[in-house]
Amino acid sequence: MTSLLNPNRPPAFCPGCAHERVVATLDRALTELGLTATEVVLVSDIGCSGLFDTFFQTHALHGLHGRALTYATGLKLARPELTVIVTMGDGGLGIGGAHVLSTCRRNIDLTLLVLNNFNYGMTGGQCSATTPREAQVESGFLNRLEAPLDICRVAAAAGAGFAARVSGYDPLLSERMQQAIRHDGFALVDIWGICPGRYGKRNPISPGSINAAMDRLPDLTDTLAANARDEYGRAYREEAAKLVAPAPPALIEARFPPPQGGRREILLLGSAGQRIITAGEILCLAAATAGLHATQKNDYPITVMRGHSVSEVVCSDRPIDYTGIERPNLVVALAQEGVARKAGIFRELGPDTVILKARDVSLPDTSGTILELDFKALGIRSQDRALAALGELADRRLVLTRDMLGAALQLRFSGRLLDAALKQLEAGGNSPAVVG
Amino acid sequence: MALTLIDGNEAIAWGALAAGCRFFAGYPITPATTIYNAMLRLLPPSGGVCLQGEDEIASIGFCLGASMAGFKVMTATSGPGISLYSEQISFAIGSEIPIVIVDVQRLGPSTGSATKGADGDIQFLRWGNSGGLPVIVLAPVDARDCFELTMAAFNLAEAYRCPVFLASNKELSMTRETLDWAALVRPRVLDRRPPATTGPDRPYLPFEPEGDSLVPPFLPIGAGRPVRQTSSTHGADGFITTDPKRIAANQERLRRKLESAVAEFSYYSELPAVAADTLVISYGVSARAARAAVLQEQRAGRAVALLVLKTLWPVPEQLIRERARGCRRVLVVEMNLGQYVREIQRLLPDREITLIGRMDGELIRPAQIREGIAHD
Repeated sequence: MTSLLNPNRPPAFCPGCAHERVVATLDRALTELGLTATEVVLVSDIGCSGLFDTFFQTHALHGLHGRALTYATGLKLARPELTVIVTMGDGGLGIGGAHVLSTCRRNIDLTLLVLNNFNYGMTGGQCSATTPREAQVESGFLNRLEAPLDICRVAAAAGAGFAARVSGYDPLLSERMQQAIRHDGFALVDIWGICPGRYGKRNPISPGSINAAMDRLPDLTDTLAANARDEYGRAYREEAAKLVAPAPPALIEARFPPPQGGRREILLLGSAGQRIITAGEILCLAAATAGLHATQKNDYPITVMRGHSVSEVVCSDRPIDYTGIERPNLVVALAQEGVARKAGIFRELGPDTVILKARDVSLPDTSGTILELDFKALGIRSQDRALAALGELADRRLVLTRDMLGAALQLRFSGRLLDAALKQLEAGGNSPAVVG
Repeated sequence: MALTLIDGNEAIAWGALAAGCRFFAGYPITPATTIYNAMLRLLPPSGGVCLQGEDEIASIGFCLGASMAGFKVMTATSGPGISLYSEQISFAIGSEIPIVIVDVQRLGPSTGSATKGADGDIQFLRWGNSGGLPVIVLAPVDARDCFELTMAAFNLAEAYRCPVFLASNKELSMTRETLDWAALVRPRVLDRRPPATTGPDRPYLPFEPEGDSLVPPFLPIGAGRPVRQTSSTHGADGFITTDPKRIAANQERLRRKLESAVAEFSYYSELPAVAADTLVISYGVSARAARAAVLQEQRAGRAVALLVLKTLWPVPEQLIRERARGCRRVLVVEMNLGQYVREIQRLLPDREITLIGRMDGELIRPAQIREGIAHD
């Protein structure tokens, strides 16, 4: 057995610090498991526990305060063959609490050694997440107002399959560490110790008092056993192996002559649920089947199912620079919410702009040429208005043709959805819009 | 010509895959979420890993861990997430961890508007790290750039061992457009360089460049020799140092490795003009309006040139000075209240410099730029 300690950098903790015992014990645990320097990575947090990596000659990653588990997770998923040990104090436990919970939930095969000495030693002895309420620390009365955390109970509640409290003075510490490292999943060892430089100066604490305090905490055996499940990385790889890599984006050949040249701007105004964005996409696909360039810029609130839905589509026989709409050639107005969103634009429109509107939508004053469709009378549902409107535009050869639209639907939909779309288009084609 | 219809975020994801990305982690945030969605479809079936972190700090932390294991990694977020990334970004800069970070900018400050665009993070990306060391920031203009510059970003992250930002914008990332897929230019894919001298007799020094290079060679954690990484002020061996000389030399190297190399990766496009009197400088989605405006002005006979910067940081100073030569005035068009214009003012103190900015969630219009050009 070869020690994994760095011969050039002996531990440099305060005299009597429990951390030094833990360093030596961790070395014993790793060597007894037969692990070599390049099979192990020590990921250390900030504070006195953050010095651990420098005392070993293994791989090492010393990162930010509270974030050690995040690097360890990335490392372990990238290199599952590595034994990944994280050292963290009770400070890192508090600031990185979300990562501790999530690592328990994930059950990735890491070992977290919590060097729990009930205070922030390096910064002067302030209270941490595990400071007892009755302790005297550098945070004045603040720790008296907060309940200390029993991290093992938290870990068990969060789904950890292995969580053990152990005193840094316990002869079984190495055995506990080895069990944790061998555990096939996330394992947390809560190692209690004395910080002689800070905490120990003002608080009566001894190996005996540590044992007594631990004995008062609840046993977690059953909860931990019930948490047993697949290791995350292996389960991830099994799931991933069932997946099929997606094909690259579909190539659209130019097959049809476009009905008009130049730049055409189309404004689709509707409400959430009316498939306005899908209609804009279909319009772009249709343009591509005629070899046109197209852009689609959308505007909708972050709530789905409610509010305006606006799509601005530009088609052009030249590459498109500006993707906004200055003066649309075509406005499709299918719901009041969308019209309200772009109310300012209507006054600017001249007769050369065609406005295809639903009968139940009212428009601001405009000089645009209005065509009206009575969707309600036609029995067309709100969510089908946009597609029906595209059919109407295609019949009038405004921006797209029936051929372009049919090809776009083939690109966008398949199976039953495609059949439904094509059928709906047939039905809509029999009821042309009237001049409004 | 066969076109595809794709939005900027999808193009970024495909670009990442083409560049060899094998690890992605992100936290959902509009308008960056669809990059995560796409990576989740692309990576796991091809042997890669895509994770959803419990927060942004975890997401970038996963990536830094995986990068140290030798994977090419990417994360994507928006302004609020960049704020949370900040400390990890500092780590990646100081400890030379390759990573591509996509910032799909949205209107700030703070929560701002999730579905409104802006280019409000441009100085934040440069200066949002403790220590103030330089970073690389690339700014796409369209879906094509989203693909090609993502590939470039990976190559730069590998070549220079550093974080590389892609400064996108809701207006690019969530805008669909047709793209000539076959015409995409795919650069040769670069990988981080291992040490030239190997052997058990010579320990690997993770922060010691070889020869004339300013970039240390890379060995992954998990290699046949122990590898150290640390966020602390370190010497070449990856152990803490307090020696001011070694500290100063390393800081200077970190600065110079990017600032002295920017001519190697000064991406741009332009509309030159003979005897141009006015130069318009823009980037990101606003460059599209600028291009439309300058083309119209040129057709109207005005001697106006356009420079579209696609490398924003380090500032491509040589390129900007060259293109501004002979111009009496410079208009800077950007979707904020004036950020990059400060760099132009710094570089060209003797020119008349005008900002055309906007920060209300709406695109800068070509007409607004033409007014600026005409207002002489």
